[in-house]
Amino acid sequence: MNDTQLPIWEVFHQEKRGAPHVHVGAVHASDEEMALRMAKEQFARRLECVSLWVVREEHVVRTNYDDPFFFARNTDKRYREVHGFPAPLKGKHSE
Amino acid sequence: MDVQEKTYEEKLAEFEARIARGEKIEPGDWMPDEYRKQLIRMIGQHAHSEIVGMLPEGKWIPHAPGFRRKLTLIAKVQDEAGHGQLLYRAAETLGKSRGEMLEELLDGKAKYSNVFNYPTPTWADVGMIGWLVDGAAVVNQRMIAKCSYGPYARAMKRICFEESFHIKQGQDLLIKMVNGTEEQKQMAQESLNRWWYPTLMMLGMPDSDSPHLGKLKRWGVKVKTNDELRQEFVDLVAPQLKSVDLHPPDDDLHYDEETGHWKFTEPDYDELKRVIKGDGPCNKERMEARRKAHEEGRWVREALAVSKRKKEVPAA
Repeated sequence: MNDTQLPIWEVFHQEKRGAPHVHVGAVHASDEEMALRMAKEQFARRLECVSLWVVREEHVVRTNYDDPFFFARNTDKRYREVHGFPAPLKGKHSE
Repeated sequence: MDVQEKTYEEKLAEFEARIARGEKIEPGDWMPDEYRKQLIRMIGQHAHSEIVGMLPEGKWIPHAPGFRRKLTLIAKVQDEAGHGQLLYRAAETLGKSRGEMLEELLDGKAKYSNVFNYPTPTWADVGMIGWLVDGAAVVNQRMIAKCSYGPYARAMKRICFEESFHIKQGQDLLIKMVNGTEEQKQMAQESLNRWWYPTLMMLGMPDSDSPHLGKLKRWGVKVKTNDELRQEFVDLVAPQLKSVDLHPPDDDLHYDEETGHWKFTEPDYDELKRVIKGDGPCNKERMEARRKAHEEGRWVREALAVSKRKKEVPAA
């Protein structure tokens, strides 16, 4: 009876050339081709889209929200940040 | 790692503090069982509503008056299929598979919105579903877009964006009818008479009958109460309908200068309970249609389940 549970593919959507691929959700599909077609139907029906990526869910390696150490910033990190260097010269080098 | 295991109370306090700060809960986060179960139930019912919701309108696709209306209706019904899939996926992140949920729907164990168990005898009903039913859905879904569970909130943003087209096409269709022949105008009014109260019911039981409301609000599952949503909906659509000479079947409906809100007659909540439990005008018909579609689609699922690699024949 249960023939509705196909593998899950995470979908990344690029709105236009030069834009990043952004994760927009997931689809169920039996193979790569079906995953791309389902992703197109699900996520590119309305919005502009020039490229889609699909990745099998189990191939995505994730950090754990509960890991208290992975993103911990206990030390002073100003040595690597723009505002750590109050150089008083005018003129912007970057946005 | 030498971390002391936290107690349930400590975890709950952290969970509630995160929500109070306006942060979202994400898959993999610790959450109380009750939160998980409540969300699986809500998102599942929401998904089923999208899937069953295709039926009352879908039957009008072959009879749509004109090619443009037909294309519009096909697009709208396709959106609903897509919304159902987005929602099943959001529920899956809480640990229940789409297969399980679909099975529950087909077995008649799952609940879905009351409103799709009412008949659509005329073309005006297609417009009324867009204007009223999707209008009420958007009021509800705009709230859910602010809920505390990340995947549900994200799915809602996408869905609301698409629903605004559904409302627009419904309004356009009915305004055409209201400005048409006397018969068409009457058809539109009769459709409003049928859909007004079922749509008010769609926003749920009254607050006085929602025992877990306090906790649901504290956990960010509900951001507004059912009565608040119902009032917001009436304030939105009552003046819209009246502006095109369509009148909800409620003699007490009027704008209250003092409160700045529209006063209205509450729907019959006993009817809502009956319809949700399976005893509405079309529950049986809807489930039969869904099961038939599932059976008739079996060969498609079987074909899709065969991986491309197996289908490929090596070059000679």
